[in-house]
Amino acid sequence: MKFIKYILTGTLFGIIMTKSEAVSWYRIQEMFRFQSFHMYGIIGTAIILGMISVYLIKKFKAKDISGNPIVFQDKDRAFAKYLIGGTIFGLGWALTGSCPGPMFVNLGNGYPAMAIVIIGALLGTYLYGVIKNKLPH
Amino acid sequence: MIDFLKQPWPWYFSGTMIVFIMLILLFFGKSFGFSSNLRTMCSMAGAGKKVKFFDFRWKDQIWNLMFLLGSILGGFIATNYLSNPEPLKLSAATVADLKNLDIDFDGGLNPGSLFSLEAMKDLKTLSILLIGGLLVGFGSRYSGGCTSGHAISGLSNLQLPSLIAVVGFFLGGLIMAFLIMPLIF
Repeated sequence: MKFIKYILTGTLFGIIMTKSEAVSWYRIQEMFRFQSFHMYGIIGTAIILGMISVYLIKKFKAKDISGNPIVFQDKDRAFAKYLIGGTIFGLGWALTGSCPGPMFVNLGNGYPAMAIVIIGALLGTYLYGVIKNKLPH
Repeated sequence: MIDFLKQPWPWYFSGTMIVFIMLILLFFGKSFGFSSNLRTMCSMAGAGKKVKFFDFRWKDQIWNLMFLLGSILGGFIATNYLSNPEPLKLSAATVADLKNLDIDFDGGLNPGSLFSLEAMKDLKTLSILLIGGLLVGFGSRYSGGCTSGHAISGLSNLQLPSLIAVVGFFLGGLIMAFLIMPLIF
């Protein structure tokens, strides 16, 4: 039962991603070709409101549902892994039009071949785990 | 109200709602990051026995898998109950560019020529989807996050590493869109 709130939040996320058309392969092609403001507007709005929210949460030391302070983990200081990993991610994002969330949302949207993209993503994740120590980070 | 919901949502409303998701998860004491589910799924399948990277308490991540399950349901609800039949308003320039790649704009969210059951019979399409997915999975774990973890959660928290990752996301996307896609389609 304690998981129901996460299922409901995920359901809302799936609806938002679909109705915003951020799950659209076409919209991603449009974004990377700079042919519409739509995706930049979505991401830009989210980042600006996100920054304000995080600032306020820290300033007022907001607490979560169980009364613990909301904490933000800093990302490790590194350069290569973010740039190289990010670039590899971007190659796949433009090709499949999907980042990890939309892959699953699109299954619900009735695109069965997204299952192949998901299998690929799981293989890619596994491959990273296997060769992790040989990569520059 | 329901008419408003059935239209495609404007960018400012969509962006605001995404932040709302991040805030709900923070309020539940969790952080918004979708791609870690892929690692969790590998771990559940027993990858931790062979590879140390997958040897962690995946049961702590069940909440995120539930979020994932919900997201599939959300897609289903949005498409079947919260949509109007009008085609997506893709820019004419994109339609023309895709036509040059032999991909017709069919008015849906995603091209049926790549993502339908029918499309899976084609070996080339299958390999494109599999390799594309592999790049996303590998890249998101290598860089430690995806669009939700870096672009939304990370940048909201003013993380320089996330900015580097997002620059990478776009660098890769541009290379794919302008240099590689014309070669493979």
